[in-house]
Amino acid sequence: MNPDDAFNTELSRRRFLRHAAWAGAAVAVTVSGGVVTSKVLHHGSSAPTAEDFSFVQISDSHIGFTGAANPDVTRTFQSAIDLVNALPAQPDFVVHTGDLTHFSTNEQFDQVKQMLSTLRTGQVVVLPGEHDSTDDAGQKYRQFFGAGTQGDGWFSFDHRGAHFVALVNTINLQKLGHLGPEQLAWLEHDLRRVSSETPLVVFSHIPLFAMYPDWGWGTDDATTALGFMRRFGSVTVLNGHVHQLMKKVEGNITFHTAAPTAYPLPHPGDGPAPKPVVVAADRLHQALGIRQAHLVPGRHGLAVADQELQ
Amino acid sequence: MPLPFSRRAHLAMATATLAAVGLTACGGPTHAASAASAATGGAHAHGETAAAAPAVATSAVTIDNFSFTPPAIRVKAGTTVTWTNKDEEPHSVVSSEEPMHSHTLAGTSNTFTHTFAKPGTYHYNCGIHPFMHGTVEVTA
Repeated sequence: MNPDDAFNTELSRRRFLRHAAWAGAAVAVTVSGGVVTSKVLHHGSSAPTAEDFSFVQISDSHIGFTGAANPDVTRTFQSAIDLVNALPAQPDFVVHTGDLTHFSTNEQFDQVKQMLSTLRTGQVVVLPGEHDSTDDAGQKYRQFFGAGTQGDGWFSFDHRGAHFVALVNTINLQKLGHLGPEQLAWLEHDLRRVSSETPLVVFSHIPLFAMYPDWGWGTDDATTALGFMRRFGSVTVLNGHVHQLMKKVEGNITFHTAAPTAYPLPHPGDGPAPKPVVVAADRLHQALGIRQAHLVPGRHGLAVADQELQ
Repeated sequence: MPLPFSRRAHLAMATATLAAVGLTACGGPTHAASAASAATGGAHAHGETAAAAPAVATSAVTIDNFSFTPPAIRVKAGTTVTWTNKDEEPHSVVSSEEPMHSHTLAGTSNTFTHTFAKPGTYHYNCGIHPFMHGTVEVTA
C-alpha cells in the first residue's frame, strides 16, 4: 500500500465529516477492508447504535533511540507491527499514541510512516508525543501526519456508533501536559453534537489524570477537558508516555495507560527520574506490548486486552 | 507561538489552592494516584524548589540525571550562559520569560548558549521533561 493512502483516506473522510456537520446531519462511518463508507442519517434520528468492533493501540516507539534500555527500537517496533498483523481478527483501525520518534528528524518520521503503512488494518491514526514536537512545536510532525487534523494536530471521528477524539497535550509544556484554550474550545464544540449515550473514546499522549505530577505525568488543564465528558455514559481514555500499564477509574471515565514498544520506564516515584530502565535482553519483550481494545455494545467502557511482544 | 499568560495565572492559582489545603503528592504510586484527582493535582509545589534554592554565581549549567545543576544561577547582564547535557537522554532549555528555545541537546550537539541582556529573574524548563526547572537571575 502506498504510505500516503491511509492518511489521505483519513483526510477525505474528515472533510466529508466536516461537510456533513455543516449540513446538520449525523453521520455513521464504517471501515471495511480499508474502504471507508459513510451514510448520512436523517436529521433528528436517534444516535447510531454502537456495534461490536475492535481496534489496536501502539505507543512510544521512540525510533532513533540508541541506549542500553533497547539497542534496537526498530526491531521491537517491527515486532509490534507483526503482532498486530497476526491477530485473528483484523482491527478496524490502529492508533499510535505518540513518541513515534526520539528526536523528531525527517528521517525518523519517514521511517515510522513507512512502517505504519505495513499494518493490516483499515486506518492508521496517530498523535504526537513530546519527543515528536520538542524542537518546533510539532511542525515537522504535522508535515508527515497532520493531514486532515486541526490546530496542533488534534482531530475526532465517528466509527460504528462510537465517537473518537485524539488530543495533543505535548506542546507548550511548562511542567505537565497541556491542551491549551484553543483545543479546549474545539473539544467543547466537537462533543456538543455527540449524544450522551454514544460511547466516547479519547486518545492522548500524556495522561489526562494526575498519575505522577513530579515527573510531569499529568495534564495541567485536563480538568476542563474531562468536564466536557462527564455527561457521557461511557468514556475511555487511552494514553501513552509513561511506558507501563496502569488503569484508573474516576466516575464515568476509565483511564488506561499503554505499554511502549521501545523501553520501560520506572514505576511512579521509583528512583529520582523517569530514566529508561535496563532489563535483561531476554526479558525486554515482556515490558513491551500492544493493546487490543474491544467495544462491546452495552458494556461500560472498552474492554482492553494487553499483549506482550514476542 | 504566543505564550498563554492566562495559563500561567491558572497554574499559579492552582498551586496556591493546593498549598492552602496542604496536599502532598509524594510517595509511591498508590498514594500519588489517590491523593491527586484528575488533572490540576499536577500543580505540585515541587517545581518551586528550584526557584527557592540559593542562586550560584556561575554561567555554566550542567544537565545530569534529569536535573539542572545548579538549579538557580546568578549572572551579570550581558553574560552568556552555557547549558551542557551530560545525560544519555535528550533534554532542552525553553523559557516563556526570555525568548530562549534550544535545540534538542543530545550526543555531539549537547550544548546550548544564551546571552541575557536585561536584569531580572528568568524561569526555564526542559521542553521534553517539563518538570525539570531552573532559574537565571540577571543582575545589573
